[in-house]
Amino acid sequence: MRYFITACLVLWTSMAHAYEIEAQTEFNAEGATSTLSIISTTDTAVFAPVIASFQVANPQINVNYTAASSSQINTAIVEENAQFDIAISSAMDLQTKLANDGYAEAFDSSSTTLVPDWGTWRNSIFAFSQEPATIVLNRAAFKGQKIPQTRAELITLLRSQPKKYERRIGTYDVRTSGLGYLFATQDSRTSETFWRLTELMGQLKVKLYCCSSDMIEDVSTGQIAIAYNVLGSYAAARDDLAEKIIIIEPQDYATVMLRTALILKDSKAQRAAGLFMDHLLSEAWNEQPINQGQNLRRIPLGPGLLVFLDRLKRQQFLQEWSSAIFQ
Amino acid sequence: MNIQGSIYRRLMLQLVGSAAILAAILFLLFQSFARQLAVESQDTTLKASASAILESVSVQQGQVVADIPYAALAMLGNVSDDRVFYQISRGTDVLTGYEDLPRSLDDTSWTAKYRDDPIRLVKVSRSLPINGSLTTIAVTVAQTQDGLAQKLGEISRTAILIGLIFFAVATILAVWAARSSVRPLNIVAAAVSRRGPADLRPVTTPVPSEMAPLTQALNAFIARLDRSLSQSEDFIAEAAHRVRTPLATVRAQAEVTLRRVDKEENRVALKQMIRAVDESSRAAGQLLDHAMVAFRTDHLERSKLDLRAIIEEIVERQTPIADLKDIEFLQTTAPDCIVLGDTILIQNALTNIIDNAVKYSPNETVITVTLEREGAEVVLTVADQGPGFEADNINALTDRFARGTNVGQTVGSGLGLTIANEVAKAHNGTLTLKQSTKGSGACVTLSLPA
Repeated sequence: MRYFITACLVLWTSMAHAYEIEAQTEFNAEGATSTLSIISTTDTAVFAPVIASFQVANPQINVNYTAASSSQINTAIVEENAQFDIAISSAMDLQTKLANDGYAEAFDSSSTTLVPDWGTWRNSIFAFSQEPATIVLNRAAFKGQKIPQTRAELITLLRSQPKKYERRIGTYDVRTSGLGYLFATQDSRTSETFWRLTELMGQLKVKLYCCSSDMIEDVSTGQIAIAYNVLGSYAAARDDLAEKIIIIEPQDYATVMLRTALILKDSKAQRAAGLFMDHLLSEAWNEQPINQGQNLRRIPLGPGLLVFLDRLKRQQFLQEWSSAIFQ
Repeated sequence: MNIQGSIYRRLMLQLVGSAAILAAILFLLFQSFARQLAVESQDTTLKASASAILESVSVQQGQVVADIPYAALAMLGNVSDDRVFYQISRGTDVLTGYEDLPRSLDDTSWTAKYRDDPIRLVKVSRSLPINGSLTTIAVTVAQTQDGLAQKLGEISRTAILIGLIFFAVATILAVWAARSSVRPLNIVAAAVSRRGPADLRPVTTPVPSEMAPLTQALNAFIARLDRSLSQSEDFIAEAAHRVRTPLATVRAQAEVTLRRVDKEENRVALKQMIRAVDESSRAAGQLLDHAMVAFRTDHLERSKLDLRAIIEEIVERQTPIADLKDIEFLQTTAPDCIVLGDTILIQNALTNIIDNAVKYSPNETVITVTLEREGAEVVLTVADQGPGFEADNINALTDRFARGTNVGQTVGSGLGLTIANEVAKAHNGTLTLKQSTKGSGACVTLSLPA
């Protein structure tokens, strides 16, 4: 093989940086002349194949990949002025705020024309995947039982057997998880059932999680029977757990998150960033997206996403949420 | 001629120039109007958004709470992809939103610079009772103007297109207007230049009122010219008339004296005197004839004339004189040679032609007179065996007082062929002079339309 790619995982608990970085990985290509720094919410292992295929086409570019939470990304860029070229995040609201506040560079190329209108804002934010929020169930716990397909059915189920599901439900802790907050706020916009469900989960002593992967893990082991608002893509990726879990896209509505990428204004490697963006977008949108079910509700990109980031609004929402969860 | 500038060019330049100015004004008006509309529409949206946010501000347990409606900001995203900024403030304290957003004292909309970009801001406010006292809560919503600039760019392109179309149409109309303004001038010029040399009637072509002074001046000038021409003709005729009578007396006295005088040298002198008197008298007669022809050509009295009869009458009258020189007439006249003409003029012209032939013919020669019909014309040819014309100045012979250089002792005024030519022209005919085809001799051809 002409190119060999070394991926060295450096676990890092940094004192030097105020923003905490979970993991920084360098994908070095032989004979590279420039380095591209990416900060992302996607797990390194999940994103590695994308970087590998990028480096096959562009062996002259090293990739420095930093995995972080969405709020860490925000802190790094807005408060610390950290040097990154591309920000990739599932937190559409924070990505929108970055672009709105002038941290994103507009980008135009043949690949950006592939992105559907709803998948881009200001030619700065570009969606490259659509990932629905799902309900994940423990297969064993639901053996021989009717599987709830909507939130209303789930509420009915929980009400009918409160003893069975007490402390066996999980969902995002929206106070700490950016994506959890995004899903919850979008739920609250869409339907009143969200608040009824939240209240019910509060009564049943819901377990709160930081991340989808932890919820999937706990559902598979049977620690909890139901996980609400789990990233379907993460659940589906766990082939090893397919026997143990059931993934449900709620039939009343399923909120679809767009995973987005943007080139940062302060980037010193605009060319390399452009090449990476082209690679990412053309891989994502080469084929027209399949027309999905009626129940899928895509979160629209745009200034509306700034609303729940408002300090007072967030305060109010969290207050309401907390009073529903902690009874 | 002293030509300076051109009315057509100046008119074109002025019209096209004003069209260009108008097109530019149209473009600027259109653009500023469109800009105003676009800004107003942005203000309307911003104001709706700010009002919705202000509506959501309330006081709960002495605390100001804002529950910004999702639609308040989402609606701005529906109009354009512009960046959105907002701020909720209580007095000088910023409660939430962008703290460094430009401020205004009043509720208004304005443009300012924020984070290196021009933004449009709208501020609305209302008073809320907090702990028993009224406090003013203000909401400012702002947006960058990328969408506006893009829209204005499109409008500008449309405005330029409209301006260009307007200019093109105006230019075409200017060409048309300039042409039609100059047309009456050309019509009068053409009418005047088409005229025959003796046509001194006033210009009656209809002209626009602006050209009335010019046409009046031209007509007055023509009238003056006509008057002075006829005055001089009258003068010449009067002079000729007055000279003729005393000349006749002188000639009679000279004849009488010649009979009495025996001395040869005296007789020669008297004969020369009689000859000179004859010449003068003939010239005076032809001057009178010419004046008459000039008068009658202006007031032509047309009637049907049989040329054959007229020719035969003239030949008969000239026969005694011809007999003296043993000259023989050879006549070939066709019937049905009717022309529409003035009897006196035609007679005069034909007399002059035949008289010329007799005068310049040597003794014992033949004069051939042919009258025939050639298509739509009646052609009279008179050929003699005299000295003929000189090829050099054959066409100058129809000028007044022009005589050939080979006339020898023959008496003549130089007006005969002039008269014949003028009569021919007055009747739309032609007079052609050339050498006779049969040896020497002159050949005069008069063609008149039948």
